[in-house]
Amino acid sequence: MIIKILGSGCKKCIALGENAKVAAAAAGKEAEIVKVTDFAEIAAYGVMSTPGLVVDEKVVSTGKVLTAEEIGRLL
Amino acid sequence: MSVFGWLNDQLLRMTWLNDLVGAGVAAIGLDPASRIGGSVQFFVYDVIKIFILLSVLIFAISYVQSHFPPERTRAMLGGRSGLGANTLAALLGTLTPFCSCSSIPLFIGFTAAGLPLAVTFSFLISSPLVDLASVILLASIFNWPIALAYVAVGLVVAVVGGTIIGRLGMEGQVAEFVRTVPVSGEAAILTRGERVTYARDQVVEIVHRVWPYVLIGVGIGAAIHNWVPADVISALLGQDKWWSVPVAVLVGVPMYADIFGTLPIAEALVGKGVGLGTVLAFMMAVTALSLPSLIMLKRVVRMPLLVTFTGVVTLGILSIGLIFNAISTWFI
Repeated sequence: MIIKILGSGCKKCIALGENAKVAAAAAGKEAEIVKVTDFAEIAAYGVMSTPGLVVDEKVVSTGKVLTAEEIGRLL
Repeated sequence: MSVFGWLNDQLLRMTWLNDLVGAGVAAIGLDPASRIGGSVQFFVYDVIKIFILLSVLIFAISYVQSHFPPERTRAMLGGRSGLGANTLAALLGTLTPFCSCSSIPLFIGFTAAGLPLAVTFSFLISSPLVDLASVILLASIFNWPIALAYVAVGLVVAVVGGTIIGRLGMEGQVAEFVRTVPVSGEAAILTRGERVTYARDQVVEIVHRVWPYVLIGVGIGAAIHNWVPADVISALLGQDKWWSVPVAVLVGVPMYADIFGTLPIAEALVGKGVGLGTVLAFMMAVTALSLPSLIMLKRVVRMPLLVTFTGVVTLGILSIGLIFNAISTWFI
């Protein structure tokens, strides 16, 4: 699966990326974490509050740093 | 003293805490009236006070804000234009949760949905400038008339600034891709429990983000409070000096700090006789405009619009500073 982190590279996006990595590992899934920093691309997902979390092209969360457990439930 | 005044002093200004810290400073053998003792008292008292207020306020305010996610704000503003719409946008700007790293996606989301530039900019100006938490902190450090006046003039800058930008017809100055972005995203409906969790997370996150700014701000404030002679400050930034407001704005614009970090500096400066307008202009310049956010904005708007935005906001803050200095005797 492909997990995308939408955000311009602020601290929160980095934290969300780390948590996603942990969550994917805990769930035993092969996940590729992609950081999307281009505003045009972020906007194309209709996201207005960053960081956003996209799992297999579906926006599952916006505007918050989910914990690894919370992400695990979304995978 | 009225009951309201007493509550204000004890709960918001926390005079009891200042007395307590003063007694503590004396107990460890420092004289609160001396320079070192006074600095320590100012620092400890201000740090504790700001963190208590910050936590309580952010919790309460985030709970209110959870009702106004950007998607909902956008829906409320949709299809409106004119002065009424700009005013509504400025008001919603104070309520919508805002993080400077989110301002660009928000700008794109609003513009793509067809909101006029005037409305979007009224929102973008008021959002960092007039923040609910900063208003209550202003009331704590100064008084309620000053806090309410700050809100009023902040909203005026946002509405007038947005209106001017709208009048200039700069719609063509927005990067091409912004218009072609699909508009999607519905605001999630939260339960009461989720709102409480959101509010709690906001407290943790914001305190985590701003604590260095608060410590630095209070440190500078304590230094000004006890070490810099009042006549030096008033010679540089005194109310009778015409350049005090422009200097405050010029210093404040490129600075990036949180409002919570600038408040203790403001407090100390006013204590040294710097004009209220000068101090408010400094705070507004620091929070409304910063180099990092302008650089980000550059990626979605062309230079003329960016320069207009910066110019309009700077001029607005300058006029507020000058007006407040002229009428500050009404407040202090």
